[in-house]
Amino acid sequence: MTKSDYDGPILEIENLSISFFTRAGEIPAVMDFSCTVMPGEAMGLVGESGCGKSTVALGVMQDLGVNGKVVGGTIKFKGRDLASFTPDELRDIRGSEIAMIYQEPMASLNPAMKIGKQLAEVPMIHEGASYADAITLALEMVEKVRLPDPQRILNSYPHQLSGGQQQRIVIAMALMSKPSLLILDEPTTALDVTVEAGIVDLVKELGETTGTSMLFISHNLGLVMDTCDRLCVMYSGEAVETGSIEDVFDHMRHPYTQALFRSIPLPGADKNARPLVAIPGNFPLPHERPPGCNFGPRCDYFVEGRCNVGVISMSDVPGKNRDRHESRCVKWDEIDWHAPIAAKVETEVTEPGDVILKIQDLKKYYEVSASALFSSGERRVVKANETLSFEAREAETLAIVGESGCGKSTLAKMLMGLETATDGAITLENKDIGNTEIEDRDTRTVADIQMVFQNPFDTLNPSHKVGDQIIRVLEKFGVGATVAERNEKMLELLDLVKLPREFAGRMPRQLSGGQKQRVGIARAFAGAPKIVVADEPVSALDVSVQAAVTDLLMEIQRVSRTTLLFISHDLSIVRYLADRVLVMYLGHIVELGTTDQVFSPPYHPYTEALLSAVPIADTKIKKKRIVLDGDIPSAMNPPSGCPFQTRCARKSSVPGNLCETQVPPMRILADGHQVKCHLSDDVLEQMEPVITIVAAE
Amino acid sequence: MLTFLLKRSWIMLLTALCLTAIVFFLTNIYPNLEKLAKTQGNMRMTDEQVERWLGDRGYLRPMVSRYGEWLGVMPGWTNTDEDGKFTGRCVNPDDTPETASRFCGVLQGDFGMSTVFKEEVGAIIVKKMGLTGMLMLWVMIVMIPMALIVGVLAGMKEGSRTDRSLSTFAITTTATPEYVSGVIFVVIFSSSMVGLKWFKGSAASAMNEITFENFTLPVMTIALYGMGYIARMTRASMAEVMTAQYIRTARLKGVSFPKIVLKHALRNALIAPFTVIMLQFPYLLTGVVIVETLFNYKGFGWTLVQAASNNDIEMLMGASIIAVIFVLVTQLISDIGYVYLNPRIRVS
Repeated sequence: MTKSDYDGPILEIENLSISFFTRAGEIPAVMDFSCTVMPGEAMGLVGESGCGKSTVALGVMQDLGVNGKVVGGTIKFKGRDLASFTPDELRDIRGSEIAMIYQEPMASLNPAMKIGKQLAEVPMIHEGASYADAITLALEMVEKVRLPDPQRILNSYPHQLSGGQQQRIVIAMALMSKPSLLILDEPTTALDVTVEAGIVDLVKELGETTGTSMLFISHNLGLVMDTCDRLCVMYSGEAVETGSIEDVFDHMRHPYTQALFRSIPLPGADKNARPLVAIPGNFPLPHERPPGCNFGPRCDYFVEGRCNVGVISMSDVPGKNRDRHESRCVKWDEIDWHAPIAAKVETEVTEPGDVILKIQDLKKYYEVSASALFSSGERRVVKANETLSFEAREAETLAIVGESGCGKSTLAKMLMGLETATDGAITLENKDIGNTEIEDRDTRTVADIQMVFQNPFDTLNPSHKVGDQIIRVLEKFGVGATVAERNEKMLELLDLVKLPREFAGRMPRQLSGGQKQRVGIARAFAGAPKIVVADEPVSALDVSVQAAVTDLLMEIQRVSRTTLLFISHDLSIVRYLADRVLVMYLGHIVELGTTDQVFSPPYHPYTEALLSAVPIADTKIKKKRIVLDGDIPSAMNPPSGCPFQTRCARKSSVPGNLCETQVPPMRILADGHQVKCHLSDDVLEQMEPVITIVAAE
Repeated sequence: MLTFLLKRSWIMLLTALCLTAIVFFLTNIYPNLEKLAKTQGNMRMTDEQVERWLGDRGYLRPMVSRYGEWLGVMPGWTNTDEDGKFTGRCVNPDDTPETASRFCGVLQGDFGMSTVFKEEVGAIIVKKMGLTGMLMLWVMIVMIPMALIVGVLAGMKEGSRTDRSLSTFAITTTATPEYVSGVIFVVIFSSSMVGLKWFKGSAASAMNEITFENFTLPVMTIALYGMGYIARMTRASMAEVMTAQYIRTARLKGVSFPKIVLKHALRNALIAPFTVIMLQFPYLLTGVVIVETLFNYKGFGWTLVQAASNNDIEMLMGASIIAVIFVLVTQLISDIGYVYLNPRIRVS
């Protein structure tokens, strides 16, 4: 197929249905899905995991595997039905006309092949270029995706690059033969926010310069808003709403879209005054979909006899200035879309109590040998934590924010006693525990500091019943004297995390992700802990479940007056629930203060960049764009002086080479607000807020 | 890299020392020595005669000093009997006390005399290793390509008809022990029962000159047995690689299926089987015993069986050293080869 001058829609999907055929029978993954992508247009596909958005992408690629089949509808690429392509023709357009960017860059690059060779393959296959020409082209492309030292990169293997660099290579590979359609399947989910911001910028810019159409798949509404012109919201295999960004974001006409927006922490949400509204219930499994509207059982506007009968198809939402806006709801024109959120209980602000945890000059250094197999005895020191000092009070939520490698997990490990401190002290109610390993801690101390883990799927033993796993913890902590008492306590804990009591007899595999995380929370709160370390407790969960789990944590905390150390990279959720925030970068605390102090100027330059990097799904928000160069330096080889100086956008405002030579001192800006930065007071004074709300229409 | 090699050599030396010490101890406990005396001297020797026979030949002195002599760090024993006849560990028949060398052990390159074969152990090992080496070489030449081809073909499309038939073939060959397949081959290809008579049922003539006729059956017997195992490993590894995301990347880049298999999957799929292949070498060293016996090919395995059943101390000690060196050298090659196959591991 030649790249003809075709000016119709690049991609037309009409009533597409895709099913997977397994031993259990036919499982419909996508039903009645339609969308059109015009040349140069960026289309966003949004939805939670399992909603079928990736299946659509693989359908367009005609790569559904042995079990998947298109059972209805057509996918037309440049006016021609993809089903009519022969395998050879398909191979011809793959990589040259349609290219794809994947979620995990490390896994999608061949580990045993040099980057240059993998890139060169594309023009060699599709344009019959010679190896030398292909490499020249690859070099150009690597420069275009703004990677430093392209020659060296072409000669390296994927594992020698960082995650962000790998993703840039995957993008370069996709753009090697200037495709007409680029499919991006969660391209930044595996990356840190500041790296993500760089990738998003790059994709946007390349989209504009090359005029490539894009199909952008993501679960992150903010990201879609930043990158796309139109979007399509999917729920349980169906498109529920489609339209331009403005239409869907500001004038949504489907209850699911509305519920989704209400469950994500946008600026303005507050855990006490304006709590999030979680979507009740769970995502239906493909073989348990209800009749009628799939969202029916979880919908506030559900009407018996109308919403759960027959087939509901997409209907046009007419209106001035509306551009092909459609909704799959029978009641869209009856619902009052401007009604305020149904009264949610407002809660009192909890007053923090006494200092319960005190950390002073805490340090953790690791010694590692350079290579495991052929070690030559050379040892390096990784400074995972550098002189951390902070306090946490009873009933307070202290958020620890930072990207991968900033040392937040090391801090958690030291608190838990999985690692001991190299230097400094951790004081839990006047008892130094910094050098006591978990085996040597007494039961009370162990029960006092508990953890909720990031990945609920791996932290429950798959071969024990949920109830038994909670009882085991109770036994360990000496809660309850008899079996019956413990059993009773376990059932109370299930009540506490709002799980039905019959879940005690279930196996972890029978639970959804959100339910598993609730069990994890129950387990952590079993021994009446003083401190709970929540390590990214909701980041592995779907958006609609996140709100419910977050609220649950808050609610339990309010009652038990537990101190919550909330480790996260997601600033939106931190702003929503934290009382105080601690920002970490490469093992240092760079900023510490109350949530209001940290989220408004003056900022530490890193906090400023972090805030600007987080995509916010609100069209009324204006953001200052600060994109950091490069990647987070390795803790094995940290930069001299200020840890952030290699990427700092404000370094030029500091006279001399202070940043390169000296680690800045911790400065107190206001009561309880500390910043580790060399910037002078008047520069800090003049900082503007990163996020501003543009006056509502 | 150099430190790595030095480290490995050091380990090799240490292992060899430990192993030979154990073998020395086991072959020198009294019942074994008694057996040696009776097989070498006379089956109907009395206990006193056994004692004298062993005493004369220096077998009854402390074990530690004798191990030292074998190593060559202690002077060999000497003895002059009542007839004035001068004997000793390092004494040749026409030596006098003045001309005889004091040390004669492994360090001096002297592995001693084999009591069964009445020959220098060093010479026997060289000769027999040559014979077995030839057998191993041909087995590897036949087995590895066959195993890899079968494994890759089966693994590249998991669950397909090719996969199922090749897997069945591989399992069958591995499940058939060499002494069964060997006998079956002899019956089919060289007996008058079937009448094919393509090959010879004995490989004795192959010790002098290897021909297609006399060497095919022993090689096939070992190769088929080992092949199934490696093929299964390769298949599993290949099947796993074919589901990897980078294979999808390649497919959606427009790479054709044969090229995906050859350029993207093969190198990654060979990492696991490579270690297994290298482990086959030490196995073959002793695993050839059955086939060597079956086809009357007097190689290393056959020699080892003879030495063990006659408690041939010096021969067994020599064989132990060879075994240690062989295992560790193949493992060294395996580690280095692994590094070249897998770029994620690098010699620093």
